[in-house]
Amino acid sequence: MASFSLAAFNEPEVATPGTNLLTGLFGMLFVAGIGVGLYGFIAGHEHIYNNTREVPWGLLISTYAFFAITSTGLCLLAAISHVFGGNKIAPLANRMVWLSLITLISGFIVIGMEIENPWRMAIWNVISPNPTSNIWWMGTLYGMAIGFVVLEFWLILMRQFKLALVLGIFGALAEIAANSCLGGVFATLPSHPFWYGGQLPVFFLGCAFTSGAAAAILFTHFAHVIRRKKMDETMYNGVQAAAKVLLLMLILIGVATWWKMVSFFVGGTDAGRLAAQALISGPLSTNFWVLEVAIGLVAPILLLAVTRVRNVAAMSAAALMTLIGMFIARMDMVIAGQLVPQYAGMDSSLPTYLNYMPSGYEWIVALGGIGLTGLAFLLGERFFGKTFADHGNH
Amino acid sequence: MNINELEKLQNEGIDKLPSIERRTFLKAGLAITGVFMGGTVLSLTLAGKSQAKVSTESNGTSSFPYSPHYSMVMRQNRCIDCERCKEACVKTNHVPSYGYRTTILENYKITGPEETERIFMPVLCNHCNRPPCVRVCPTKATYKDKKTGIVMMDSKKCIGCKTCMAACPYNARYFNEETRAIDKCNFCFDTRLSKGKKDTACVEACPADVRIFGDLSDTDSEVYKLIHAADKIVWVLRPETGALPNVYYMND
Repeated sequence: MASFSLAAFNEPEVATPGTNLLTGLFGMLFVAGIGVGLYGFIAGHEHIYNNTREVPWGLLISTYAFFAITSTGLCLLAAISHVFGGNKIAPLANRMVWLSLITLISGFIVIGMEIENPWRMAIWNVISPNPTSNIWWMGTLYGMAIGFVVLEFWLILMRQFKLALVLGIFGALAEIAANSCLGGVFATLPSHPFWYGGQLPVFFLGCAFTSGAAAAILFTHFAHVIRRKKMDETMYNGVQAAAKVLLLMLILIGVATWWKMVSFFVGGTDAGRLAAQALISGPLSTNFWVLEVAIGLVAPILLLAVTRVRNVAAMSAAALMTLIGMFIARMDMVIAGQLVPQYAGMDSSLPTYLNYMPSGYEWIVALGGIGLTGLAFLLGERFFGKTFADHGNH
Repeated sequence: MNINELEKLQNEGIDKLPSIERRTFLKAGLAITGVFMGGTVLSLTLAGKSQAKVSTESNGTSSFPYSPHYSMVMRQNRCIDCERCKEACVKTNHVPSYGYRTTILENYKITGPEETERIFMPVLCNHCNRPPCVRVCPTKATYKDKKTGIVMMDSKKCIGCKTCMAACPYNARYFNEETRAIDKCNFCFDTRLSKGKKDTACVEACPADVRIFGDLSDTDSEVYKLIHAADKIVWVLRPETGALPNVYYMND
């Protein structure tokens, strides 16, 4: 019966030669990422990734955070659009549930390739849990979220919309809590003043709404591009509502970024100030000013404001720039927090900044995550396309 | 003047004191109380409760809940960077070439115009009383031993998420490729202490007696006496992280 029902959502006409080619390319990225990741377990991560004793976290952790945060935003916006109403995002929600699921799985794949012994995690996370560990809660809650969202999506396919909404609420609660613990992983480490403090978890939640709204706009637009179809009014209104959320959130993230940076220059420890300086004029300054601030915040705000949130192409471009900015912002945050040596000022042989640049292998694994999201998005359009067009039912 | 003679003198009464003397006396009194009061008001805290910046009590731990409560005191200015402690540690604990459990930092202290003094500072795991690494470990692979307070590893549980490495304020942890787990100093617990030896390999190897190891809960121990010596300044590294380390530093 299930397969019968599933077939009803197929949209074989999506599978044009062009989308097939794209699907293949994303698939290859994914396979390459998995291949390198698996090779890493045999060769040893330390031989293919550029992480060190002093900078144990890098591109793969930040890519995971990017995906997890995006997934949270998608899941929350989808749930909110149905639970509270009063906005026009609901028609996008079924696709957002699928996107939330695949971005979270992409994140887990990437972090799975980063952790040294994921197989030990499967055992000891269960029989030797540490309730004070943010990492434990984050993993457990995001794991639960995957379960809820899979069930939710299944129920949407089965047209059990009421029950799906209940699962959607559970999923959203798990994702909020997980996202908050992800912020807590960094926010509760006083040894890294750049991360430490109460702002980060709520900042991550803000980034979740930003990335989630951006992903909803971008992928809804792409879904229409691959069908060479103009958006109908309901979808357009949904995208426009998401773009308004995006504009609001970008402004808030800009405010948070400004004050976070300012706070390091009015006092506090040298380590925090040096880390902030790494972004402003140090080794991460190009990342910060060009990609995180100019492309990731200023340009999309201006684009959305100038076009008065009416032009689909402009909204889609703003969403793409936002996602690039968010990806780089996660990277900047993870790296900047570790660049100042722990014994700074106590050892004259230490550099002002430690050196970390992601290796080619790290990029391949990170791109593998992006490949999986692209692949699963296109396959989703091919196999569940009709569900995504199911206006207002969730 | 003899106190007995003073008693015999007749009271002159205050009305006979010149006003200039009364004023001087009052001024002195006000100045003395003012210094204390003013100081208290300015610091917004009770003078009695305030703590010196570099005191053992305010930075390190003041209670010693473990028995034995293992601790190490570094008499920093004795260190000559001979690195015998590092060699002994590597040999005793099979530390691979790409990692270390203990190392020596080198710094220059400015002692005058164009004058510097070279300072060597041995570092290792601080076996903190509030260990950030233990709090963050998802699987309790790293834990604080209930008896000795030593921060230990249970390698088989380590998933290699490296959160403990990120959390440690002392760069005391590295990933060991052979065990696929984080490795760190455990005060030679498995290699020496559990076999009846009373100190660690680095302590035994040090020719300058820089490192003193012992039980802080024992008031007769050398470590206890050193960190409580009235005439010495004792400090810990990175007290701002609130980890309450059990490795103390002083100059001999």
